[in-house]
Amino acid sequence: MRLTLEIWRQKNGSDPGRFVTYEVEANEHMSFLEMLDVLNQGLIAKGEEPVAFDNDCREGICGMCGFLIDGQAHGPNHPGTVCQLHMRFFHDGQKLRLEPWRAAAFPIVKDLVVNRSALDRIIAAGGYNSVRTGSAPEANAILINKNDSDQAMEAAACIGCGACVAACPNAAAALFTGAKITQLSLLPQGQPERYIRVINMAGQHESEGFGHCTSIGECQAVCPAGIKIEVIARMNKDFIRASLKRRETTPPATISKSGSPYA
Amino acid sequence: MSVAGTKSIETEAPQASPGALLAFWNNPIGKKALMSLTGIILSLYVFAHLLGNMQIYVGAEAINGYAHLLHKNLALLWTARVVLLAAVLVHALAGVQLYLNKANTRPVQYAERVNIISTTASRTMIWSGVLIFAFVIYHVLDLTVGVAHAGPYEDVMPYQNVLSGFRFLPAAIAYVVAMVGVGFHLWHGLYSLFQSLGMSHPRYTPMVQKGAAIVGTLVALANISVPIAVLTGLLR
Repeated sequence: MRLTLEIWRQKNGSDPGRFVTYEVEANEHMSFLEMLDVLNQGLIAKGEEPVAFDNDCREGICGMCGFLIDGQAHGPNHPGTVCQLHMRFFHDGQKLRLEPWRAAAFPIVKDLVVNRSALDRIIAAGGYNSVRTGSAPEANAILINKNDSDQAMEAAACIGCGACVAACPNAAAALFTGAKITQLSLLPQGQPERYIRVINMAGQHESEGFGHCTSIGECQAVCPAGIKIEVIARMNKDFIRASLKRRETTPPATISKSGSPYA
Repeated sequence: MSVAGTKSIETEAPQASPGALLAFWNNPIGKKALMSLTGIILSLYVFAHLLGNMQIYVGAEAINGYAHLLHKNLALLWTARVVLLAAVLVHALAGVQLYLNKANTRPVQYAERVNIISTTASRTMIWSGVLIFAFVIYHVLDLTVGVAHAGPYEDVMPYQNVLSGFRFLPAAIAYVVAMVGVGFHLWHGLYSLFQSLGMSHPRYTPMVQKGAAIVGTLVALANISVPIAVLTGLLR
């Protein structure tokens, strides 16, 4: 199958960038990233700069890959990452437009690669959670309600790919932050720091330059891990509760972009 | 302090406390919660106002009597007006601030971004909101103060005023358009307020979502029926 690709090319953060059109010969058994590998081999052979894109496991579980294909984060097949998207979802002669995640909090590194460290800093702002140290505890020493553990597990499926930010008209990372907060706030192990955690993570989310949630649901439509916006409601509830209950008057401690390992 | 081979996480020194309420307002989650609470006040008013309006079908005495009842106790009337005005201001200020922040959160726009599941109502809240805001000013000047009224204005005589006002076609059209805006705003707002206040449940949320769409549509249609009834001669 022959495809025409309109790909966003941008040398670095200061380059304004532009779309460049390429032709590529692929077959339907390839994954989308393998199709780009073929394109890049061709570009290298011609002495041109290959298209930069993030990827790692190519199993749909690491969260490294992702860009917009024809205006949809991770392409037209949901839920799933772009590495798990196969060329059989496209047809011969199709024209596709590839665009990186666009958000103030995700500066473009090169071509389709963006810097998602802002998500790492949101997690880091959550701080530690208290656990008993020493030898591994007996697995069922702490009893957990089945529903809660299931919901925590579903929230923990978030791979931090950033598709929710990309699909949000306000570039909010609410689905991501909500998932991270939900996974701990539902478990007994997450209780001691539950309320300070939500204050700090929501504060970091805001200071990173992400937008606000308007509950339109576009994020859950593209989430490769199938996270639902129910996690955002849980974050909102915890944030409101924490704001009402907290006794400290200090504002949230935010992590600086330069002074952290997550630059 | 850093351990060899690692880099410590530095947090920025917390500045002076901005105060709990301001801190709540400054975070988008807090702002949305306040928008939800004020939205509840405003939508309850919209329902009450609609029930009042529907008395026009009972007759002139019913709706004029109701208007006189509302104007009987000026202290209560002005308390209600002040609460509503405060709710509108908080709701609108938060909405406009959040909307204006959009330009900062995505400075470079997409060449193409497809909406997959969101409703038109949910993506146009700012515009239905601006429409409602402009309409409320016109509506008060038209039927409460009377300076923007198309026909002869009579104080606290809604039946006569509604009839004389809606016989002027542009006024009737303006009301119909504004009510479509109200319907759209309620369509998403009545569902979204639960989400913003942290209430979500796989069993009830789909019902709330459907219910909000139905209630929004019914409120709009019921209000639109009044200018239509005047223009078609049903109310005379």
